[in-house]
Amino acid sequence: MNWKRALLTPAIAIPVIGLFAWGMTRDPKYIPSPLPGRQAPAFALEVFAPGEAPFQKAPGEVIRLDSLRGKVVVVNFWASWCLACRDEHQDLSRAAMRYANAPVQFVGISYMDTRPNSLEWIEQMGGQAYPSVDDPRSRTAIDYGLYGVPETFILDVTGRVAHKQTGPITHALLSRIIDSLLAARPATETK
Amino acid sequence: MGPLGRGSVLIGLAVTAIAMVLIPVAVRRGRKDWLAIGYAAVHTNLLLMTLAMVAMVIALVSHDFSVGYVAQVGSRATPLLYTVISLWGALEGSILLWGWVLAMYASAVIVINREREGNLVPYAAAVMMGVMLFFAILLAGPANPFHPVFPVPPDGPGPNPLLQNHWLMAVHPPLLYMGYVGMTVPFAFALGAMLAGEVAQDSWMLLVRRWMLVAWAFLGAAIIAGMWWSYEVLGWGGYWAWDPVENASLMPWLTATAYLHSAMVQERRGMLRLWNVNLVVGTFVLTILGTFLTRSGIISSVHAFTTGTIGYFFLTFIALVLVGTLMMVAGNSEQLRTTGRFDSPASRETVFLLNNLLLSAFTLIVLIGTLYPLIAEAVRGVKVSVGEPYFDRMSLPVLTLLLFLMGVGPALPWRRTPEGTLRSRLLVPAAGALAALLFALALGSRQPWALTAFACVGYALTATLREFAIGSAARRRAHGESWPVALGRLVGANPRRHGGYVSHIGVLLVATAIGASGGGRIERETTLQRGDTLRVGSHLVRLKGVFGRQEPQRYVIGATLEVLSRDGATIDTLAPRMNFYPSSDQPVPTPDVRSTLAGDLYANLQTFREDGTSATVKVISEPLVAWIWLGGGVVILGAMIGLFAPRKRAAEEAA
Amino acid sequence: MSAARHRRPVPAVAIHIALGAALLFFASGSAAAQGDSLRTSPVPGTPVISDSALEARTRSLAVQLRCAVCQGISIQESPSGLAGEMREVVKEMLRAGKTEEEIKAYFVSKYGEWILLEPKPRGFNLLFLYVFPTLVLLGGLAGIGVLVRRWSAAPAPPAA
Repeated sequence: MNWKRALLTPAIAIPVIGLFAWGMTRDPKYIPSPLPGRQAPAFALEVFAPGEAPFQKAPGEVIRLDSLRGKVVVVNFWASWCLACRDEHQDLSRAAMRYANAPVQFVGISYMDTRPNSLEWIEQMGGQAYPSVDDPRSRTAIDYGLYGVPETFILDVTGRVAHKQTGPITHALLSRIIDSLLAARPATETK
Repeated sequence: MGPLGRGSVLIGLAVTAIAMVLIPVAVRRGRKDWLAIGYAAVHTNLLLMTLAMVAMVIALVSHDFSVGYVAQVGSRATPLLYTVISLWGALEGSILLWGWVLAMYASAVIVINREREGNLVPYAAAVMMGVMLFFAILLAGPANPFHPVFPVPPDGPGPNPLLQNHWLMAVHPPLLYMGYVGMTVPFAFALGAMLAGEVAQDSWMLLVRRWMLVAWAFLGAAIIAGMWWSYEVLGWGGYWAWDPVENASLMPWLTATAYLHSAMVQERRGMLRLWNVNLVVGTFVLTILGTFLTRSGIISSVHAFTTGTIGYFFLTFIALVLVGTLMMVAGNSEQLRTTGRFDSPASRETVFLLNNLLLSAFTLIVLIGTLYPLIAEAVRGVKVSVGEPYFDRMSLPVLTLLLFLMGVGPALPWRRTPEGTLRSRLLVPAAGALAALLFALALGSRQPWALTAFACVGYALTATLREFAIGSAARRRAHGESWPVALGRLVGANPRRHGGYVSHIGVLLVATAIGASGGGRIERETTLQRGDTLRVGSHLVRLKGVFGRQEPQRYVIGATLEVLSRDGATIDTLAPRMNFYPSSDQPVPTPDVRSTLAGDLYANLQTFREDGTSATVKVISEPLVAWIWLGGGVVILGAMIGLFAPRKRAAEEAA
Repeated sequence: MSAARHRRPVPAVAIHIALGAALLFFASGSAAAQGDSLRTSPVPGTPVISDSALEARTRSLAVQLRCAVCQGISIQESPSGLAGEMREVVKEMLRAGKTEEEIKAYFVSKYGEWILLEPKPRGFNLLFLYVFPTLVLLGGLAGIGVLVRRWSAAPAPPAA
C-alpha cells in the first residue's frame, strides 16, 4: 500500500465535491433573464378583460406600451390554468388599487389561454382591478423571454425593465419596487 | 403496516451496522464463529428489508393512508397495477426498493461463494454492508416512507400522472435497480481484494465476471425499456433526449461494457489490471453519481425527484466514496502494474485497448456534457444548455469508430494474426460494408455520416456472422455435423465468445434502427376536420372524430385516426389521447403508435375543438423503430448465452 | 529497429490511419451537426422530406433552439404550444430574410444563452466542451500507439 499516493490522489476529488456542494446552493430551474436593464419590448395588444374603475378599458381597445411612457408599468403574464397565478392575484389587484392615483399602470397579459376560460377565472377570483389583454400566438410572451407563468415585469418611467419576477409576486415586493421607481423619476417630469 | 415497516427498517439499520463492523473484525482476528454471525446478520437484513417491502405493498394496496408514502402517492381511484408500481414512483419508495435489491445481492454473494476460503468474500460482503448502511440511514432518516400521517386523510392524490400511462413503468425501474445496484457487487469484490491485499492476483476478477455480466444486462435492458417508455408516453416521438438522468444510466453501462471486454485481456495476458480496477470502481461511482444527480436537485431533469435534505446525504456519501476509492486504488496502483506483453499489434488485444479508449472517451463526453451547465454556471456565471446537437457532434466520430471496431475485433485472433491472413480477415467484411453502403444509397440516404455508419454496420455484421459461419464450417469438416448441430455445438463450446457476438449483433441492430429512424423520419403537424386525410410519407391517415370518456382515475379526450391502405380501406386505428387528472391542471398527452417491423406510425394529439369537429395532430412516420427494442432483446439474449459455462465435450472436441 | 519478423509496417499504418480518421471525423463532425438533416437520433440521416425549402431550414434551426417550457428538448421536437409558436417565429424570421445567426441572436437576447441547445463554441465553452475531450481522445490514441509498440517490443519474460 503506497501511502503517499493514497493520500495525495484524493485531491482530485476536492474540486468535484466542491462543485457539487456549490451546485446544491442554487436553483437549476431558475433562468436569469437578459431583459432587466434594457428597454422593454413594445407591444400593442387588444383588451378582453376590462378591469375595474379607474383602470377600466373597453374590450377591443388596444393598449400600446409606448403610450405608457412616463408611467411605471407592471406587466403580469398569467393564465387560468396556472395554479401559482392564484396566489398572486389578490396581491396584484390590491397593489393596483393602492397606486390608483399615481402614474402607475398595471396590465395583465393572457398566456396560452382562451378568452372564455380567462374571463371565467377572473370572475371566480372575484374580479381583476386592471385590464388584461390577449396575446395571440404568444408573440409578446416570446418577446419577453417567457418560460413559465406567472412572470411579472416592472418597467420604470423610461420604459426600461427594472425588475423581473419569476413566479408569484407579493404586494410587499410590488410596493417596494414601485415606490423606488416613482421616487427615482426625474423631477421635471410633468406627465 | 406503518409501524411494522418502520420497525423493520430500524432493526435492519442496526443489523447492517453490526455486519459491517463484525465481518472485517472477524477476519482480522481469525474468528470463524464471528464471521458466521456477521453473515447471519447480512441474511437477517434481507429478511427485514423484505418485511418492510411487503408492509409497504400491503399498505399501498389496502390504501392505508396513515403511512406517509401511501398518503403521498396512493389513491383509491388508481387501478391496482399502478398502485403496486407506485412503490417506486416517488423518492422514498425508490430508496426502499434500492435497499431491498442491495440486500438480496449481498446475501446472494455470500451464499453463492460459501465454499470459498480466504478473506476476499468476507471483505466484499463488508463493503456491500457499508453501502447498505448508507441506504439504511436514508430509510431511517430523510427518506422514511413509513412516517405516520395524522390525521389520516381519506384519500390521496395518486401517483404522478405520467407514471400511470404505460405498462413499461412496471418494468423499467425494477430492471434499472437490478442493474444499478448489481454494479455494487464487482465494486465490492475489487475493493475487497484491495482490502484483503489480494489485488495483484486476478482471482477477484474471475469471481466477478458473471455478476458484472448480469448487472450489465439488466442495466442495458433498463435503458432500452426507458427509451421505449419515453417513446410511447411522452409524445415527442423520440426515444433519447440526452437528459441528465438518461446520461446517468448510460455512463455506467459504457464503462461496464469496456470492462467486460478489457477483462478478457487481463484473464489471458495479465495486463490492463489498473485499467480494469478503475473501470469497475468507476462504474460504481457513476451509479452513485447518477443517483445523486436525480435526487439532489443540482441539475434540472425530467426525472428529478422532489428534493430536500436528502441531497446533502448523497453528497456526503459520494464524497466518501470518491475519496475512499481514490485512496485505495492509488495506494494499490503499484501492485496493479502491467507485467505482460503483447505478441503483436495486429491482435485482438490491441482492438480491446482501442475499445477501452473509445468507450471511456464516449463516457467522458457524456459526463462533460451532463455536468457542463453546472460548471459553466460556476465558472462563467451564465446558464447554458447542453443538448442533442452537442452530444451528436462529439459522439458521432467515436461511435462510428466503435462500430467499425466491432468488425475488427472478432476478425482478429488473440496474440497474433497468422501470416498472410490479416488482409483477408480485414478485407472480406468490406464486401459487407460495400453492400450496406449501396443499400443505404438505394434507400435515399445521402448524408455522409449516416452512410459511413451504415457501412460500418455492414462491415461489423459481416465480420461477426462470418465468425459463426467459419466456426460451424470447421466443425462440419471435423465431425460431419449438420449446420444447426455444428452451430449449436460451436456456441456450446465457447458460450462466452458467441454470446458476445450475439450481443454485438444486437447492438448493430439498434445502431441500424437508430440511424434509419432518424434519417427516414417524416413529420407532419396539421389541423384536421372530421373526415380530412393527411399524408405522411407513404401513409394515409384520416380523422374519424374526437371522443371523450370518463375513467376511474381520469377523464380522457382523444382523437380517432384511421390508418388507410392505398385503396382507402381502414387497416388500423390510432387513438392519441389527452388525459386529465384531478390532481393537475395540465393534461397529460398520450400518443398512440402503430408498430410494424418496417416502421412506426406515431400520432400525438396537440389540441382539439370542444365540439369535436376538429383536432390538431402531429403524425410521425419513423422507419425501423421496433428494431431498437428487438435489438435490445438480442443484446440481452447474448448476455444470457454468455453466462453459461462451456459444455465440456463440445469444448474438448473443438480443441 | 530490430529485424523481428512479426513487426510489419501494416499494423503501424493501421494505427496512423486510425489517428487520421479520428482527426477527420472530429473535424467533419461539425459539418454533420450543422447540416439541415439533424434529427432526434445520434446518427443524422438524410434531409427530412419536406414540402418546401423553408420548412427544411426552419427544422434545421429549430433543432438547435431549446423549448423554453420543456426539459431539454428542442422546439422542433416539443409537442408544447409555446414551442409551436417559437417555430412559427423562426419561420417568419427566415421568410423575412434573417440569417440563422440573427435568429439565434434574437432568442438569446430574450432568454439568454440557455436557449441554445449547444453552447457557443468560444472561450471557456470551447476549451472545456470541445478541446478537452478531443485532446483526451487524440492523446489516448497516440498513447495506445506508443504502448502497443512498447508492449510488442518487450522481450519475452524469462520465467514465462
